Amino acid sequence: MLKKLSLATLLVAGLATGATAAGKGGHVENIDFSFDGPFGTYDENQLQRGLKIYTEICSGCHGLKYVPMRTLTGEGGPNLPDNQMKAYVEQFPVNDEGANMHLYNAELDELRPLVPTDNFPAVDSLGAPDLSLMAKARAGFHGPYGLGINQFFKGMGGPEYITALLTGYTGEEKEEAGVTLYENTAFPGGWISMAPPLWGDDVEFEDGHSTDLHHLSEDVSAFLMWTAEPKLASRKQAGFIAVFFLGVLTVLLYLTNKRIWAPIKRKEA
Amino acid sequence: MAGIPHDHYEPNSKAEKWLHKRLPIAGLLYDTLMIPTPKNLNWMWIWGIVLTFCLVMQIVTGIVLVMHYTPHVDNAFASIEHIMRNVNGGDMLRYLHMNGASLFFVAVYAHIFRGLYYGSYKAPREITWIIGMLIYLLMMGTAFMGYVLPWGQMSFWGATVITGLFGAIPGIGEPIQTWLLGGPAVDNATLNRFFSLHYLLPFVIAGLVAVHIWAFHTTGNNNPTGVEVRRTSKEEAEKDTVPFWPYFVIKDLFALGLIMVVFFAIVGFMPNYLGHPDNYIEANALQTPAHIVPEWYFLPFYAILRAITFDILFLDAKFLGVLAMFGAIAVMALAPWLDTSSVRSGRYRPMFKWWFLLLVVDFFVLMWAGAMPAEGLVPTISLIGTVYWFAYFLFILPLLGVIEKPLPRPATIEEDFDHHYPAKSKSAGTTPDATPAE
Repeated sequence: MLKKLSLATLLVAGLATGATAAGKGGHVENIDFSFDGPFGTYDENQLQRGLKIYTEICSGCHGLKYVPMRTLTGEGGPNLPDNQMKAYVEQFPVNDEGANMHLYNAELDELRPLVPTDNFPAVDSLGAPDLSLMAKARAGFHGPYGLGINQFFKGMGGPEYITALLTGYTGEEKEEAGVTLYENTAFPGGWISMAPPLWGDDVEFEDGHSTDLHHLSEDVSAFLMWTAEPKLASRKQAGFIAVFFLGVLTVLLYLTNKRIWAPIKRKEA
Repeated sequence: MAGIPHDHYEPNSKAEKWLHKRLPIAGLLYDTLMIPTPKNLNWMWIWGIVLTFCLVMQIVTGIVLVMHYTPHVDNAFASIEHIMRNVNGGDMLRYLHMNGASLFFVAVYAHIFRGLYYGSYKAPREITWIIGMLIYLLMMGTAFMGYVLPWGQMSFWGATVITGLFGAIPGIGEPIQTWLLGGPAVDNATLNRFFSLHYLLPFVIAGLVAVHIWAFHTTGNNNPTGVEVRRTSKEEAEKDTVPFWPYFVIKDLFALGLIMVVFFAIVGFMPNYLGHPDNYIEANALQTPAHIVPEWYFLPFYAILRAITFDILFLDAKFLGVLAMFGAIAVMALAPWLDTSSVRSGRYRPMFKWWFLLLVVDFFVLMWAGAMPAEGLVPTISLIGTVYWFAYFLFILPLLGVIEKPLPRPATIEEDFDHHYPAKSKSAGTTPDATPAE
C-alpha cells in the first residue's frame, strides 16, 4: 500500500497546486502555441511581429521594465540582428520621469539615450500594469474541481488568457464613477478599464502576415510569453539533457542494484 | 554505534593508526557507512536519502542565489528578475530552488507517513520521531519565509495572513505579531528578518538531521515487520541485516535517480506548475489578491486553520483555528505515547490498516479543501477532515491497541526476508537430476 502512497504523494503535489489558482475568470480557449509542450520553442518571426505590435500600440501605456533590450538579439528569442537591435533601442521613445528617473541626468538637465544594456522603459503614469511578466502572472486554465489537471495538460494558460482578453471585447460600454468600462468576456468580473487596443489591421507586416485581430493578439501574446520567460528554450534543453542522462544513470544504478542484491536474494545475477 | 553487534573499524596502515589515536574520524565514518541495516527494508525506506539530497541541494542553490538577491522591498522583486534574466544559469538555479522546496515536502510527507504506518515512532525510537517533527516544523518555517523573499503578491499577503495568526492569541497576540514583523505591518523589516532566518534555519536543520541520524543509528532502523534485529550474537545479527554500504547506498541512489528524472522534467518543462501566478506580480500593500492561498505543502494545515468557524466560550474562531493548526502537528508528534498497540508494524494490524488509509485520504482531502475558496461545502469538508485528523491520534490510536487482535508476526527479519525471497528449494541443487539416466 505504501508503495502506491509515494506515487500518490507526488501526484497530489501536482494536483493540489493547480487548485490554488481557482479565481473566477471568463472563458479562455487553448491555443496551439509553438512554445507549448516539453520541446516547444518560440517562433522568432512571431516574436518579431509581436515586438512590432508592442512597440506601435501597447508601449503607449504599458512598460516592460524587467526586460533588458539587448536580449532582443540571440537565439531562443526574437533574434534580431545586432544592428537592428541597436537601431531599435535608439528609436525607442524615452519616458524619462517617474519610474525611469535613472535615465535622466539631473545635473546636466538632459536625457541620456537608451543603450542595449538598459531595460525597456517603464511606464507608470497611466495606471496600466507593466507587461514584463504578465504571461506568467495570469492563469488561463483551472480545475476541474480544483485539481489542476487542465494546467498539467494545457499549460498555465497565461498567453492564452492575454489572447482571450484582446479578442474578448463585446463592444458594450458603461460608465462607473467617471471611468469608462468595457465589457470583456475573458476579464474577471466582465468589465475592464482598458479600451480595446487592437481591432485588426493595426500594424503592417513586411512579410504580409495576416493582421486580423486574432492573429495580432496571438502574436503579441507570444511576444509577452517571451518577455516573461526569455530563457524558455535553454531551460527546456537543459531539462531534456538532465532527464536523459539521469535516466541513463538510473538504469545503470538499477542494474548495479539488481546485481549486488542477487546473492542476498538468492537470484541469478 | 548501533546496539547491533558488528565488525568495527580497525586502523591498518601506520597513518591510519596515527590518525585514529588522535581523532577517530575514519572509524566514525566507517561505522556510519557500514551500519548493519535490516535487509527487508522496502521502497518506503528511500526517503531519508532523498531528504538529505534536498537539504544539500537547497543549501547549495540558495547560497548562490543569495549572491544575486537584494533583500529590500524596493529591489527584491527586481533582483529575482535580474537572476532570471541576467545571471548565468540563474533561471535554472531559481527554478531548482523553487521546485526543490516542493520535492523536499513530497519526500518529508512520504517519510512521515511511512513512519506512521510501520510504527517507526514507537519505543525505542521516540527521540528520532520527536527530532524529526522538529525538523519538519523548521522546514515549514524556512519554506514559509523563503516564499516571502521574492516579494510577489502571494509572498506579501501570505506573510500578512500567517503572521496575523499570532495576532489572534488573546491578550499578548498583537505585541507578538508586531515583534515578529518588526513593525505594525509586513514591510522592509519583515523582509530582512525573514531573509536572515531563511539563511540560518537550514543549518539548524542540518544539525538536527545529524542528531536524527545519530538517534536511529543508536536504536537501529525500524523495518517493515517492526520486528527488531536479533542482537544476541554477531552471527544472528548478520542473518537479519546487510551493511548499509553497498546494499542500501546503491538501492537508495537508484530510487533517487528515478525521482530526479521526474524532478528535472518538472524543472525543465513546467517549472511554474506548482507555483501561483500571482507571485509574478510585485507585492502591493494596497491590493489584496482575490484568493490568498499558501503553497501546496501547507494546504492540509491551512484547511485545518480555516475549519474552525465558530467561537467556543471566550475563545474566538480565529484563535481556535490557530490552536487546531498547531495542535494537528502536536498530536502527530505525540504519536509514540498515544499509540497503545504493542505491535509496531501496520502490516500485522488488520484494523489499524484501514484507519491509517483513511488518515492518508483525509490528508489529501484537507489539501484539496485548503486550496478551495472557503464557500459552499468546503468549510464542512474541512471540519470533518479536521475532526478525523484529531480523532485518529487522540482516540483511534489509543483504542486500537486495546481492541485490535494483531496478526501473527514473523519471529525474525530473516524469516520475513526468506518468505519474500525463498531459498532455492532443495531441488535447485538437484536440477540436473531432471535428466536422469539417459
